Amino acid sequence: MRVGVITFPGSLDDRDAQRAVKLGGGEPVALWHGDHDLKNVDAIVLPGGFSYGDYLRAGAIAAHSPIMSEVITAANAGMPVLGICNGFQILVESHLLPGGLVRNDHGDFVCRDQKLRVENVDTAWSNGFKEDEEIIIPLKNGEGGYIADQNTLDRLEGEGQVVFRYLEVNPNGSANDIAGISNARGNVVGLMPHPEHATEPGFGPDTRAAMRSGTDGLTFFTSAISSLMANA
Amino acid sequence: MPIIVVEVMPKAEILDPQGKAVAGALVRLDKSEFSAVRIGKRFELTVEGPITDELLAEAREIANDLLANTVIEDVIYVGEARPADDAQGA
Repeated sequence: MRVGVITFPGSLDDRDAQRAVKLGGGEPVALWHGDHDLKNVDAIVLPGGFSYGDYLRAGAIAAHSPIMSEVITAANAGMPVLGICNGFQILVESHLLPGGLVRNDHGDFVCRDQKLRVENVDTAWSNGFKEDEEIIIPLKNGEGGYIADQNTLDRLEGEGQVVFRYLEVNPNGSANDIAGISNARGNVVGLMPHPEHATEPGFGPDTRAAMRSGTDGLTFFTSAISSLMANA
Repeated sequence: MPIIVVEVMPKAEILDPQGKAVAGALVRLDKSEFSAVRIGKRFELTVEGPITDELLAEAREIANDLLANTVIEDVIYVGEARPADDAQGA
């Protein structure tokens, strides 16, 4: 399965995301923000970083870049799209996901191994998890506070569109401890933590078993790739 | 060259850490009569010809679509530079 990873000017984690796709059994395909070409990919990852230097607002300018018109069309047609950190910010700025992301309530950049609960295992990117599974995924952001108006929050909670919720610590002041959400169809998922940084033993978060042994993030990629293969 | 000014402010319920930091500095400067500070953005859009209703409508559109994210911000002004905005007139 071909999984495209879009590089924007200022993307940081595009190569890590490509490697995660490979470790998850897919074929990573590098996509460029300035093209109008998705290169026949089957799924798309919008990686973390600081596209356009976070100028205007995080993700705002990237959301209007050429390739995003193709991404929006593909997402609306059901293609799996995962937005990680800055990618999540791009998805909300593109209106593929509701709400917005604002500066962390404590004002500081935060970097930690974050415990999450998987609350929806029916999305394209979470179907390999068990319901309410607790996972550890690295988190690193300055503007990760998820906000939305009360109606939107009620709808997200009511429809099960809160896919990942922060456990133990709310690291950035997100409403309802929301770490990640999906669209109604479940093919578009965005989250602030970085699953691509927890895909390879020796380079992931610490676990009780061993230092840096956490690979919970791999399931994001295997979820999408195996469900695409099942439907192929 | 005429300019169209767009002003955007964070919504009242959104934390404004920049404003909060400045308010803290004012307290340290013994200017505590200013009890709160909020910081927004001002965009100056230069146009080639006179400012028409069409251009203003266009500016309003980009203000809401790009310059502001109306989930977290409000567009509070779109229009010609006001007299107080004119540096020469100040």
